Amino acid sequence: MKSIVCIKYVPDTSEAEVKVNPDGKTVDDSRFSFDINDADNYAVEESVLIKEDKGGEVDVLSIGPKQSEVMIRMAMAKGCDRAVRVEDDRIADHDPLMVAKVLAGAIKDKEFDLILTGCWADDYGHMSTGVALAEYLGVNHASMVKKVEVLDGKVRAHRELEGGLMEVVELELPAVLTIQTGINEPRYAPIRGIRQAQKKELNVVSLDDLGIDPAEVGSEASQVVLENLYIPEVESAAEFIEGEPDEKADKLASILVKGGLV
Amino acid sequence: MGDVLVLAEHRQGVLRDISFEMMAIAPKIAEGMGGEVKVLLLGSGMDEMAKKMSEYGFKVLVADDPVFEDFNAEKYQKALSALIDELKPALLMTGQTAQGVDFMPALAVEKKLPLIAEAVDLHYEDGALKATRNIYSGKVNATVAFKPADTCLVTIREGAVEAPEPAAAGEVEKIESPFKEDVPYRKFVEYIEAEVGDVDITQSEILVSVGRGLKEDKNLPAIEDLAKAIKADISGSRAATDAGWIPHDRQVGTSGKTVKPKLYIALGISGAFQHLAGMKGAKTIVAVNKDPEAPIFAVADYAIVDDMFKVVPALTEKLKELKG
Repeated sequence: MKSIVCIKYVPDTSEAEVKVNPDGKTVDDSRFSFDINDADNYAVEESVLIKEDKGGEVDVLSIGPKQSEVMIRMAMAKGCDRAVRVEDDRIADHDPLMVAKVLAGAIKDKEFDLILTGCWADDYGHMSTGVALAEYLGVNHASMVKKVEVLDGKVRAHRELEGGLMEVVELELPAVLTIQTGINEPRYAPIRGIRQAQKKELNVVSLDDLGIDPAEVGSEASQVVLENLYIPEVESAAEFIEGEPDEKADKLASILVKGGLV
Repeated sequence: MGDVLVLAEHRQGVLRDISFEMMAIAPKIAEGMGGEVKVLLLGSGMDEMAKKMSEYGFKVLVADDPVFEDFNAEKYQKALSALIDELKPALLMTGQTAQGVDFMPALAVEKKLPLIAEAVDLHYEDGALKATRNIYSGKVNATVAFKPADTCLVTIREGAVEAPEPAAAGEVEKIESPFKEDVPYRKFVEYIEAEVGDVDITQSEILVSVGRGLKEDKNLPAIEDLAKAIKADISGSRAATDAGWIPHDRQVGTSGKTVKPKLYIALGISGAFQHLAGMKGAKTIVAVNKDPEAPIFAVADYAIVDDMFKVVPALTEKLKELKG
């Protein structure tokens, strides 16, 4: 079983203050902490679980800056075998179709049975890259997968639908699966793995190295334009309870009891 | 031209809410582009659904073919590919749902058409079609414009807009199935219903709900103490169930349960839109979160910006005291 896992290095904005840069098109990421995209972390784990069960190899593929190599090494420490990092500032990365085209270009000459990637990215959240990648490569796909069963020449994927309903589909290999969070319990990298990962192959390539025409994947080729970013006005009707933590707790308790809410 | 083709979504014989929500967006775009709204139903035995969708006053196109009985991304892609060629809509709109995300990006690649995924709204101004997207944990909005194209593809976030009231009687037209050749590579096997747990949180009067802010399961006892003091059930966000702190059948949100308790206490939950969709119908919402910009505060009635681990034990003690 040969697998490729596509991962992305993203900022954690869940508890961070987000500011838009004066260009109106990017956010100030200087104070963000970056790490592997949450769903991609589950995809790495799933690819390693499949390798441990069926044998084979796992390649990592990522588009990102030099700093993202920490994330790539961590995936290799968990059991992935080698990696390719694409770095090129000519990619229109606001458009998942362009990103998918680059990934397809990096994969096209490789043999694979499965490609795994997170079903959504914490930054832009299009949920589009994996499914678009499958179409570029001309292979089957299933998205939002929460259970994978590898069979002979096929894969059974349990897709998570709304309301907790699962849709089970069967696909012929090769196939792309976009992985949903919660599918497994991502491991911590073992110390020995971290040491070994330093010696594993990590190739850094540009569009030129991949034989991809930059004009095919840049802003000109993209059919959508990111015009501007802005902070939405949040209309909160909430009563904000102030004070020290104890005072806040006391006030809230009174409100709940007096209001007959508890 | 300038028609807007809306794919109405249904599952197990029931129209999904997103089908009605799109009726809040499609008409203004069609009007701007000088076209009509056309609603498309792919499926089998859909008379009732077609009638219901026609109550918005637009033409409903019904392609009744047993091959569409269960959703299949390959078959939907084939069908819509053929219908784009035939009907030449200026815009094809679907939900950003487990269906929409499973075929729209592939359709865009196949037809070399632009896709804007998960728009929360659309605008047509000065001859340009633009989408609003909501990104970076809900903290930033993006305006994304389509470059001119024969057909633009868009998917709409669930719950982003309110479904309008039905307006006028529309027409239902049966069309020939656009599905011509079989695509055998993907097979639907079965549906597996959500697991049923010991507590049905959709029936709970009070829910104490935890999110990523819980950090680890050894912090659960403080939450359990609070829940016990006010006879509440415990639920969680996706982050809490993914981490295994809370059982999956107690997940609140789009992929879990939709709850409407009289009191919902959100602890350490940032409030991703998928979570908000599952709990904004609660009568009273209390939110405790360290991050003053957490989207949960937009739906809260009472808000505390602080460390939940400092607030919760004190809250439990005070509630016990007041309730005697």
